[in-house]
Parts: sequence; structure tokens; C-alpha cells
Amino acid sequence: MAFWIASSPHNHNQTETASLMRLVIYAAIPGVLAQWYFFGWGNLIHIGLAMLTALVCEFTVLSLRKKPILIQLFDGSALLTALLIGISLPALAPWWISVIGTIFAIVIVKQLYGGLGHNPFNPAMAGYVMLLVSFPLQMTLWQPPLSLISVDLNFTNTLTTILTGFTVEGYSVEQIRTTIDGITMATPLDTLKTNTGLGLTVLETIKNPIFGEHFSLGWEWVNGAFLLGGLFLIAKKAIAWQTPVSFLISLFICSFIAYSINPDSSASTMFHWFSGATMLGAFFILTDPVTGATSNKGRIIVGLLAGLLVYLIRTIGGYPDGVAFAILLCNMSAPLIDQYTRPRTYGHLKEDK
Amino acid sequence: MESILERITRGHFWDFHGGIHPPEQKSLTSSKPIKQLTLPKQLIIPLQQHIGREGDLLVGIGEKVLKGQPLTLSTNPMVVPIHAPTSGTISAIKNSVIAHPSGLTQLCIFLDVDGEDTWRKRDVCTDIDQLTNNQIIEKIADAGISGMGGAGFPTHIKLNSKPDINFLIINGAECEPYITADDLLMMEQGDAIVDGISIIDRLLSPAFILIAIEDNKPKAIKALQQATANIEKIKVCVIPTKYPAGGEKQLIKILTGREVASGSLPIHSGIVMHNIATCFAINEAVRHDTPLIRRVVTVTGQALNKPQNVWALLGTPIKFLLEQCELEALKDESQPVIMGGPMMGFCISSELVPIVKTSNCILVPSKTEMPSAFDKESKEVECIRCGQCSDVCPSNLLPQELQWSAKAKDYPQLQKLNLSDCIDCGACAYVCPSQIPLVHYYRIAKAEIREQQQLDLKAEKAKIRFEARKLRLEKEKIARQEKHKKAAAARKAAMNKATPEAAGAKSAVAAALARVKAKKAASNTAVSVDKENKDAVINTGDDQKSQVAAAIARAKAKKKLKADNANKPSNTKDGEKADTTDKAVETKTVTAKPSSPDDKKAKIAAAIAKAKAKKLSQSTESVKVDGKDSVIDKPASQSEKKEKIAAAIAKAKEKAQAKAKDAALSGIDVQTKTRPTIPSNENDKNAPIESNVEPTPALDKKAKIAAAIAKAKAKKQLKDEQNDSSNKLSAQQPDEST
Repeated sequence: MAFWIASSPHNHNQTETASLMRLVIYAAIPGVLAQWYFFGWGNLIHIGLAMLTALVCEFTVLSLRKKPILIQLFDGSALLTALLIGISLPALAPWWISVIGTIFAIVIVKQLYGGLGHNPFNPAMAGYVMLLVSFPLQMTLWQPPLSLISVDLNFTNTLTTILTGFTVEGYSVEQIRTTIDGITMATPLDTLKTNTGLGLTVLETIKNPIFGEHFSLGWEWVNGAFLLGGLFLIAKKAIAWQTPVSFLISLFICSFIAYSINPDSSASTMFHWFSGATMLGAFFILTDPVTGATSNKGRIIVGLLAGLLVYLIRTIGGYPDGVAFAILLCNMSAPLIDQYTRPRTYGHLKEDK
Repeated sequence: MESILERITRGHFWDFHGGIHPPEQKSLTSSKPIKQLTLPKQLIIPLQQHIGREGDLLVGIGEKVLKGQPLTLSTNPMVVPIHAPTSGTISAIKNSVIAHPSGLTQLCIFLDVDGEDTWRKRDVCTDIDQLTNNQIIEKIADAGISGMGGAGFPTHIKLNSKPDINFLIINGAECEPYITADDLLMMEQGDAIVDGISIIDRLLSPAFILIAIEDNKPKAIKALQQATANIEKIKVCVIPTKYPAGGEKQLIKILTGREVASGSLPIHSGIVMHNIATCFAINEAVRHDTPLIRRVVTVTGQALNKPQNVWALLGTPIKFLLEQCELEALKDESQPVIMGGPMMGFCISSELVPIVKTSNCILVPSKTEMPSAFDKESKEVECIRCGQCSDVCPSNLLPQELQWSAKAKDYPQLQKLNLSDCIDCGACAYVCPSQIPLVHYYRIAKAEIREQQQLDLKAEKAKIRFEARKLRLEKEKIARQEKHKKAAAARKAAMNKATPEAAGAKSAVAAALARVKAKKAASNTAVSVDKENKDAVINTGDDQKSQVAAAIARAKAKKKLKADNANKPSNTKDGEKADTTDKAVETKTVTAKPSSPDDKKAKIAAAIAKAKAKKLSQSTESVKVDGKDSVIDKPASQSEKKEKIAAAIAKAKEKAQAKAKDAALSGIDVQTKTRPTIPSNENDKNAPIESNVEPTPALDKKAKIAAAIAKAKAKKQLKDEQNDSSNKLSAQQPDEST
């Protein structure tokens, strides 16, 4: 009788990379829904565009690289990247923004470096940063929450705006962004930064309707939804808890210190937590296994570093939200952190490691 | 120590990093008693079933053996003998597939079972206190006991008493899924096990004895607790179920909180570990004179109809066990048959593979219960660096980094990452979402590192041998040269003694030398290029022309000499003039006929001087002939000419001397005045010693002296030129003349 030969272990717990990626996508759904609810169809359309572009790009490159296409195309990594890009973009950005960003992220940042598992930078964040630096105008036309907009931004209008730059009625993006009072709306972080630069105190700035009742209208709910999704992922052991927890703690400590020293010109800790892309970055982007640190100690260090950088960029940096840049800088430092945070092997005493 | 004991008594153990909880599947076999099987038809007994070397065969083909009869002899501590598991006839001793992942063959004894199962004579030992420690160890060694937990290390070596053993740990953890062999043994033979432990206690005298059992074996725990109820020293420790808690290093960490330093053995920290089945075997061997011929094997897996534990004779082919437990063969699939557990067992290639001392389980999974065992192709994808592998590694390694380095074949980095501390438990590969066969990569990397080390060792040895050879050759060369030198010196010494033989030898040598030199001179026919003349010039390779020329010149010289002898001094003078003015080098052979010892000596000296002079003038030609291109031609210089003249004068003087002697002998009074012709532009320095040679005996001596002086001066001049010039002549041999 012929027996089948294989190498031990013969048993496996049957987890798969693809299912891991799928799980992360599912966990992001609450946040996407919240974004849709408060900001309309814009981001959903961008997500759709990005996913389509991502699949096409991945297919092309995998064929060129002669890799097994079916397995690798649907392992969820390209779709996840596209999702994150779609979430991060301004809702009314032109269609070619998401297409170019996704092409850059998939082809150059991910596949050119070796494909899944080999990219040193998070593709979504690298794509976002490239867009921000190359097309600053389009990338800063943030749409205010639906409740503040005078124009009726239904699905058709959003689609035409993204594709052509004008709504069906002929309003431009700039006009959409202007409220009834005639003030052009920026994001809460952006408003805070500008006003602090002008010398206004935080209390005065908060009177701006964009801040809503709590921290930032609409954005706080989006962040809350992402927080929920992140906790779900931790419970399922799909991501390591060390990174998001240390990131949030670090951000908390930085903003707390600043608030204690100068409450007038520093936003509160919860503001920092629930505005911008904090929760998205904490649970979905910083925890990307490929670009993060490998050991638990390393993860804590990465989280701490990221929190500090986000705070610095937000307050004294040039951009209103620094999550993308902070994450890229942490990606850069991950290999070095890995070098120095290797765990002590059994049997090796600290002296002769 | 105290805190360790406290915690042990409290049952509050430590933990090791990582670990996994795969599905245990022990209930398949844990509720059934160990079955005694019928005898198989043939047993295949490998000669080596342990870590070490094969023993020497004691039996031959066709021989009848009894049950328990030793089949191999141990002459070496690392040899563990094997015994006949039952009575029968030896039908063959040949290579057969052994129980090893490689599927290679080794020497095995084929035993045809006769069904009688007759024992050899056994001496039951009723009171082991009568035996000495050494006798007990000998019994254990002769019984062929090696570690039955899986490694197979010769047990008698581990039982050699050493001082200061703190803990004797008996490993009954059995952490791997599916295996229940030790569990059942503990349930059924608890007392025998404790008896075995007491024997080990006697040999090693440890401070404490701990029996480790996982908490998923409640019946075994109870049985052993009952068996050890009266023994203070032994403590049954119940540890939490986790794979791989039964690994030696991990178990030591759990029970004592201490880690075994990498590269060292537990014995160095005062800890000895034995498997529970080994203890049982020790008891059988020492008390009942029963060698190791059978063991409990768990035959399990959902592909079997009757999975159970069996008492299997060593050497039972797997086929027999599978039949006994009713394997349902899959028609269209290749069925994996695993020897060992699912995590660390290896697939066996043939159903003829026998049960050996280290086989504790035969696992035959079905496709539903273990789909990954049936994977025909690797489902491996890229590593996404999720880090789950390092979360579960019991040695606290970074399997992810090891995998990157192993794929890149970066062996220095692998050693830096402590690949050698990997215990091949398989926990990392079990959890990897990308289905990377991590342990497989590490095994390959370890094998390649080992191979590289062997090659390096070989290269080291070869290098040492080569260096030694070089040294030896040099020494021999030097010795040879010394020998030559000594011989030459001896020869010289012999020559310099004033004996007729010596003189004869000398003259022969001188004659030979002169001949050589004449040959050399004859090879120069071209216009002499003024050159630096040196004493030492090697003559190499004359061509034919020179040889002919040399012959002609020789004839001429002879003629001339004859003529000179016959003619008056004036003729001689002319002859000499002709000699000196003729730029072409003449070859004159020594023609003086030795009529007396003095004459002889004088003549020899004269000849040598002549030869030297000739050599001086031909140095350029000979050097050219040498083919060495480092010679610099110097334009005609006064000094060279000087030398030539000096040489000619010396020559002439010698000649005159010889003639004078001749004249004296023949009675002719010859007055010769030798006054060499000095070219107009020469200075007085060049003026050789003018000496009127008078043909009187007294003046003979003077002439001799004068000749010697002239020679010396010529030499000196030459040397001066030598110092001035920058000529380089290579490979010069000192002129062997006086």
C-alpha cells in the first residue's frame, strides 16, 4: 500500500490569510456605514471605484509576475487597501483621485516591492500621502456633514460631482462646501489649526458649527464606529491589542499634557481621540501586520511613537491631520525597532543574548 | 530551592511562553485497556533503535533463538543491545526500511516466529538491595533499555550516579494529541512504575522526585497518587494541559521555574528526566530479568475501526498493527500513516516499517479529522508578518524571522536568531494563517548548517595536512642541501690533503674544470663586448657552433704551445703578443706535462690562471648565451682593459715559469724576460709586477710567488670593477678554483 509522505506537523488550525483580511473588512463596515450616514454617498462611491481599480491593477501585475492569480487576487489584501483609501479620501474628490491613488498604492507601493508581505509601507497610507502632496487642492476640499450643507446631495448628485465636478444643478464643489452663512467649511481639525494660528482660543473656535455638540460633527460618530470595529477585531484575535492601545494612550498623554499646560490653545484629549482618522488609524492601519513591528514590545513602541507623531503634526506640523504621515514614519522605523526588540530565547540569559 | 518546593507542594507551577491547544482526540483510545495481541508471523528488528551505534551481531541466519535472547552485543557505552521479542528462527539479516522520516534502510534481523513463545532462562531478583549500583546499571544496559519517550538515549548512561541531583523528573505528561500509551500504562501498571522509580532513586539519589502528569488524565493521576501515597519523596505534579508541556525543557520550566541554558544538558543543572515507560522497563529488567522486548503503542485515528492501545512486540511490522485495528483503506487516496503524534510524528513510507523502542503511536487520520494531512499541494502563501507564530513558540523564538532567513539561506543570521534552540514542536506551523510549513524550512536549514559545519571541519583538517606536508617537504629539502654541502666539504677536504690521491683528484678536477672553461671560451666567436668581468659566471648551454669553435681553438692552442716550446723566447713573446692582441679569446688547454710534483702544481696553477683570464674576457659572451637580460653592456673602459692585461700578464708569467722549468730540466739556460706590452694610453697602475724570471731553482719559487701575486691582483681589480658597476648577473656559482 502506498502511503502519503509529508513533513510534520500534520495538523493545522485551519486559519487562512484570506479569512483574516476578510474579517478586517467586515470590522470596518460600521465605520463605513457611519460615514455614509453623516457624509453621504461620496465615500462609498470612492470605495467602489478604488476596489475596482485595485482588482484590475492586481490582476495585471500578478499576471505579469506569473503568480497564481485566483488565490492571490481574492486574498483580500487588495480590497482592504482599496477600502482604506476610499474611506480616507474627501467625499467629493474627483474620481481620478481615487483611481490614481489606488494604482499607486497597489502597483508601486505593494507589488513593486514584492507583493503581499514584502511591502515596507502601508499601501493605503502611502497612496493617500502621495495624493495629498501631489494634488493638495483636491485633497483638501473636505465635504462638511450633510446636516450643514445647503445643497441636496443625493446619490446622483454625488456621483456627478465626483465624475464631473458639478452637481446636476450645476453647483461646484466649492459652492457645496459653503454654508448658508457663506462660510466655507473645513474639517474640525483644520478649523482648529487655522483659528489657533489666528490667535483664537479653543473655546471660541468650538463655537463653529462644524464642531457639533461634542467634538466634531459627524466625525466623532465615524470614529466611534471604527472603535467598535477595532474592539471586535481584538476580541477575535485578528489584530494585536498592543498597537492600538499604546497609540491611543500615547495620544492621550500628549494631549493631556498640552491641555494641562495651556487649555486655551490645546484641544481636549477626547477631541483628539474622536476627530480625524484617529480610530481608523489605530485599529485598521497601524495594526497592518505586514508593515508593523513583529514582537509585542516592538508594537508598543510603534504605537507610542505614532501617538506622539500624530499629536506633533496636528499641533505644530503643517497638516491638519497627521495620522497618515505618522504611520508612514512608523513603518519606516519598524525594521529598526524589530532589531532591538527581539524576545529573549529560552535558555539564553540576558548577559549572553 | 525553598520557594520551588513550596510552589510544588502547593501545586502552583510556572508556565512556559506560548503553547497551543490542538484538539486532543485522546478519547478515541483512552477508555480501552491495553490489548495483548496475537503473535505476528515475522518480526523485523532493526539493530539500532537508539541514539548511538549498532551492536555486534551475536546470531546468524538460520539460528533458532529464544524469547529474550540477546541478538547483539554491547562493547561500547553508546551501544544498546537488542533482544529477540519471541522465539523463532532467524531467516535473514539484511537491509530493510526503518522507522525514520527519511525512509532509508538499515540492517535488520528478520525473525520468523515459531509461535511457541519460549522464554530463555530468567533469574528473578527478589531483593535488589543485594545488588550493587554497578550491577543494577549493568542489568539495565544488558536489557537494552533506551529512552522510550521518543529520543532513545541509552538509559544506563543517564543512570550513572552523579553528585547533587536536585530533581528526578518522571515525564508522564504526554502532551501530544491522540497518544494515550503512557496514560494507559500509568493506569494499569502504576505499582510497577513506582518500583522502577525506586530503582532509579537508588542509583541517582536525587533530593526530590516529581512525576509530571497533565490534567487531562484523571485516572492516571489517581493511580499514581495511590501508588506513591506512602513514599514521601515522590510527588505527583498535575500540570495544565498545553502542547508542548511534555518537552524536556518546557517541563523543567513548568516544574522548577528554571531554564536549561542553551547548549547544556539538564544534568548540568542537577535535573534528570526519564519517561514513565522507561521506568516500567527498568523495573522489568532489574527485578524480572525481562529485557526490553515490547512496549505500549497507541494505534489510533478515525480511519481505523478499532483504535486502541496494544502491547506491541518490538519489530512488529506496521502492517500487522493496522490489520489488527482494522484500517479502512482508502481506495483513491494516498493515506498518510504517521508514526508518532500529529505534531511531531513522521510519515512512514512502507507498511514493513517495524515498531521500535521509541515508537509510541501509529496515527492513521481520516480526511475529515485532519484535512491538512492529505494536502497534495502546498497551500503556502506569503508571510503577512502577523506574529501568531512567535506568540505560540515555546522556546520564545521568532519563527517569522527564522522563516525569512531560512528562505534567504542566510545561515549566520539563522544562528544569530538561535535556530538551534528550536525543538521542532510544530506549534508555529500549526497556527500560521499563510500555511507556511515553517518546521520543514527549519529542518532543511538546520541540515544545511550542519552539512556546512562538516565541510568546514574537513577543510580545516585538509588545511592542517597541507601545511604539515609543506613543512615536511621544506625540511627534506634543507636536509638534502645540508647533505650535499657536507659531501662537498668532505670532498674538498679530501682534495686538499697532501696525498697523491688527493693531488690526483685535484688535478682531475682541475682538468675537468679547465675543459669546461675551454668549451665555454670556444663558444664565443663574436667581437667581445667590453663588459664588467666577474669571477663567477655560470656557463650554461653552449651551442654547437661554440663547441666546434672550441675544438678548433683547442687544436690551435696545442699547436702554439708546441711551437712555443720548440722556439726561442722571442717567438714566445710573439706568441704571447699574439695572445694578448688577439681580442678573440683563445682557448689554451693546459699542456704542461707534469714531470714532477712541483712542476705539476705549478702547471696546474698556471692553467687555472689562464682559464680564469679567459673567463674574464668571455664573460659577456657567456652571459649573453645565458640568456639573462639583466646584463648591462658597458662601453670599453680602461678598467676592463686593465684586467685583460693583468690576466695576460699572469698568463705569460705562468707560461714563462713552465718553460723555465722545462729549460732547467732540459739544461737549456733560458732567460726570459717577461715584459708585457702595455698599450699607450694605460696608466702605470696597470703595470703588472715585473719580474725577471730566472731559471734557477731559487727563482722558480719567486716565479711561483710572482704568479700568485699577479693572479691575486687581477682578482682584486676585477672585484673593484664589480663594485663600481651595476651589473646584475644572476645565479652565480663561485669559481671552484683555488
